[in-house]
Amino acid sequence: MIPAPFEYERPASLDEALLRLAALATDGGTARPIAGGQSLLPLMKLRLARPERLVDIGRFEELRGVRRLGDGRVAIGALTTWSALVDDPDVMAYGLLRDSIPTIGDVQVRNRGTIGGSLAHADPASDIAAPMLALDAEIVVRSARGSRSILATELYLGPFATTLAPDELITEIRLPAGSPRFGSAYVALSHPASGYPVAGVAAVVGRTGEKGAAGGADEPWDVCAVAVTGVGETPYRATAVEAAILDGAPPLVAAAHITAGQRLLSDPYADREYRAAMAAVMAARALAAAADRAVARAV
Amino acid sequence: MSGGAEEIGATASIAPIAIHLTVNGSPEVLEVEPRRLLVDVLREDLDLTGTKVGCDTSQCGACTIHLDGRAVKACTVLAVQADGSSVDTIEGVAAGRPVGAGLEPGLHPMQAAFVEHHGLQCGFCTPGMIMAALDLVGRSPEPDGDEVRAAIHGNFCRCTGYQSIVESIQAGAAAMRAEGAS
Repeated sequence: MIPAPFEYERPASLDEALLRLAALATDGGTARPIAGGQSLLPLMKLRLARPERLVDIGRFEELRGVRRLGDGRVAIGALTTWSALVDDPDVMAYGLLRDSIPTIGDVQVRNRGTIGGSLAHADPASDIAAPMLALDAEIVVRSARGSRSILATELYLGPFATTLAPDELITEIRLPAGSPRFGSAYVALSHPASGYPVAGVAAVVGRTGEKGAAGGADEPWDVCAVAVTGVGETPYRATAVEAAILDGAPPLVAAAHITAGQRLLSDPYADREYRAAMAAVMAARALAAAADRAVARAV
Repeated sequence: MSGGAEEIGATASIAPIAIHLTVNGSPEVLEVEPRRLLVDVLREDLDLTGTKVGCDTSQCGACTIHLDGRAVKACTVLAVQADGSSVDTIEGVAAGRPVGAGLEPGLHPMQAAFVEHHGLQCGFCTPGMIMAALDLVGRSPEPDGDEVRAAIHGNFCRCTGYQSIVESIQAGAAAMRAEGAS
């Protein structure tokens, strides 16, 4: 399969690429940035995407790699490949990233695919989306007009659609500092052939100790974040589940609210009813695993 | 993503772009249309047909090559994206090896292990399996069975049932360690 014809250019620097994207955005044509191409090229081969021009941003070294910021946050360059993330101890220290990133695609796809490209692609069934939402990851976005930063919860507009403007690029993803009082996990039911999550749930629970004296193991959680992928039209935060957990509900009870307020995806493999049922199961398992890790202080 | 029904004025031809590749150690300069896939350029322009096109959808791994030393699926890389990179294919893995042990021409120890341990029947997946296996051994010289299975998660074989491939890769890794130690 061969994509429809397109023009190709590879700017020499990030600044040049941002200027080109700004110019192309005002032209009204369909230009797309391409990094590893592991999401975009399959769509182009099927001609579900037909950009008239590709701007290759895949080689900017300053957007590659992981840094630990002074305050304990972890900053991931948008062009960092999944394989590089699997090899990074600061990234793998997050339980829900350890559960998700090594399962994305396969070795060959992880060697080429990038975290920034995957987020910009905004597949409603993306393994990385739920952990990013549950962590309240910060996404740094640049254009020739300047730089801004959004929360992962502000990224998704619809299936394969983001709030990014056509001249904007994701440049960095910043994760909040881990805490020994927190635990996190990602659990997914994956399609047996494609590997895409049919229902994937990321959970973070923790005790800051602000409600109680010492944040002891028998006190209720005062931090809970639950995010879902593969189930709704975009990845989403399950706020009703979070509220139930903070009210002291056990995971199995809280998980019953996992699809509250969502329009559910449906396909021949997993209809709405099955998908919702599996989402609740994955939510209960993710919450239990996150709680275990918090108690074990294993992050 | 633009709409599938939308027709763009795409019949106008797009000028080819010159790219430089180092393929199995040899420099190559090629003129390629931007939309051409690396696997097609390797097979059609350079006649390196050892790399196969199986599913052509980034799933089966028959097109696995090494791009700058890492295994990738050449059906999901544009040739223009590889400009300036080194590309290694199955044709290059046994370069410079003498004919020996009744195997002809000379084989890489990983290839020889697939022969000895029945790691193939029809052979269509084998070049991709070998390239994935060499990527694994580069990262993990003594892989256990689970590591091997994870490493070939993206490589499909419809003949063997995989068990003999896992055994072949572990035997090939052992032969490579022995060779490195000698």
